[in-house]
Amino acid sequence: MTTRTKRQWFLMGMRVGIPISAGYFAVSMALGIAAKNANIASWQAALTSLLINASAGEHIGFTLISLNAAYLEVILMEAIANARYLLMSASLSQKLEPRTTFGERLLLGFTVTDEIFGASVAVNGRLSPYFTYGAFIVATAGWTSGTFVGAVLGDILPTRLLGALGVGLYGMFISVFVPKAREDKIVAALVVISFIFSFAAEKLPYVRDISGGVRIIILTVLISLAAALIFPVKEENGDGA
Amino acid sequence: MEHNIYIYIACMAGITYLIRVLPLTLIRRDIKNKTVRSFLFYVPYVTLAVMTFPAILTATNSMISALAALVVAIVLAFLGKKLFTVAVSACAVVFITELILYPPEFITNIL
Repeated sequence: MTTRTKRQWFLMGMRVGIPISAGYFAVSMALGIAAKNANIASWQAALTSLLINASAGEHIGFTLISLNAAYLEVILMEAIANARYLLMSASLSQKLEPRTTFGERLLLGFTVTDEIFGASVAVNGRLSPYFTYGAFIVATAGWTSGTFVGAVLGDILPTRLLGALGVGLYGMFISVFVPKAREDKIVAALVVISFIFSFAAEKLPYVRDISGGVRIIILTVLISLAAALIFPVKEENGDGA
Repeated sequence: MEHNIYIYIACMAGITYLIRVLPLTLIRRDIKNKTVRSFLFYVPYVTLAVMTFPAILTATNSMISALAALVVAIVLAFLGKKLFTVAVSACAVVFITELILYPPEFITNIL
């Protein structure tokens, strides 16, 4: 099945990257506006987006920079906001073609965003890193340029359009977990449980004061671990995680 | 003390890259432990679901358009539509719903 060439994988990834890029463009424009409000130059904001590719992390970063925070504080908060990528990368490590080289893995580490991860997980069978590279290159073009345009143009853009484009990112998440939920009843139950717990965590006193990034990790670990203990996956799942 | 913006950016980029790259480079072979395997199998679906809801409800200009997008996206994904179709349809639903909820002035003028 996985006899595609690197080039074919890359092109396949690029195609998947197109809608991600459009959604990114809209979302990162808001990020550019936030950077501008924090007195960060538009091209510095774009550079941040090019190097980091993480909305919550960048938001927190811009806020801390505007407060003239200590470097260590920035590193700590960034680690908290982005810790979920630790889980995503661990999960991807099991999905990757085992022959993926060390160098390819180093490059792949740069590309793990929520949406790129979602698209990579949705690939049938083992994953070639070239798929992910292709998706990432197209997507980050939208992300970086969106940040720049947002910082330059600010609030001129119609919120009508931004709201509509921004929701596309959630559409991508949904198109990853819903088809799996359809074929696997346990995943279906987990999705419903995740919705309920996530909603509750945002409303409950004390819990809601925890940063969004940390809440995502805690919920992911708790729910996935409980599911793994109660419903261990049967081995015929040749998908490799 | 005055801080340098480029050192700030380097700090952010460095720690974020480390978080992303360490599991990919340290876990080089298939994990045999059944619980860990199962855990990593469930992680993507759980984490994407947690990130979707309720966050999607506040991603647009109105909770009604967001709910409409959520429902349409779930139905289309359930019917087996591709990622691209689902994402674009969700955007279109928000755009149309908000046109109805908040008609632009040139339309209200005609009516």
